[in-house]
Amino acid sequence: MKWVYVAIIVAATTVGEVMQAAGMRRHGEIRDFRPGALRRAAAMLARNAFVIGSVVAMAVSFFAYLGLLTISELSFAVPVTAVTYVLETILAKYYLKEHVNWLRWAGAALVICGVALVSL
Amino acid sequence: MSAEAARLRVKTWTFATVVVLANVFGNFFLKKGMPAELPTPWSYINVLFKPYVSLGVVLLILWLMSRMALLSWADLSYVVPVTAIGYVLVALVGHILLSEQIPYKRWAGIVLIVAGVALVSLGTPPRTHKPEAGT
Repeated sequence: MKWVYVAIIVAATTVGEVMQAAGMRRHGEIRDFRPGALRRAAAMLARNAFVIGSVVAMAVSFFAYLGLLTISELSFAVPVTAVTYVLETILAKYYLKEHVNWLRWAGAALVICGVALVSL
Repeated sequence: MSAEAARLRVKTWTFATVVVLANVFGNFFLKKGMPAELPTPWSYINVLFKPYVSLGVVLLILWLMSRMALLSWADLSYVVPVTAIGYVLVALVGHILLSEQIPYKRWAGIVLIVAGVALVSLGTPPRTHKPEAGT
């Protein structure tokens, strides 16, 4: 059961965060933070298919994470979900076409090892 | 650094700070308010109305919104490693406020995370794609 939760969390988080980035990229940079402008931006984002998909995926991930926390310790839940960092960096390069240079690969690798050491 | 690059960097660091703090404290209150078990599907909904869980959820909504704003201009491959500094914050808050011991293994992890965040945040610009017009 534990690994079923982990598989759901990793898949849903990765899909959700990549869709969130794709949807926000399509919307463009938010520059105006006055309440009226934020309301208009929110209304546009509520019709953005990528954003809607990302919220659904992240809700699935959130409830699966609650479920996992009830049957396992944080010291298990946190490092296994750090696997999403690898998948998201790969998708950022090949799907979102970001320029992932060696500094970003090295940084992501250090962070993943660090998260595992901090929480194990 | 051009004026545009400097503007983007300040804005990115400001939002990254909000994203990290909202996530760290959101998860802290969520964990504090969670019961030992959730036996029925209905209990997953009910638990959202416990005070600490509600506060945690409000902070996680702030986390979601500030992260969406951040991703409207910054790369995912920048935001993901940089916001991992939250793990360091969790360990240090536990050490300073709750006098928790930090074993050597955990210090080593903290050093690796800080090094990784420094490489990405100081070594690469927040945005490498062609920007859209935006609002």
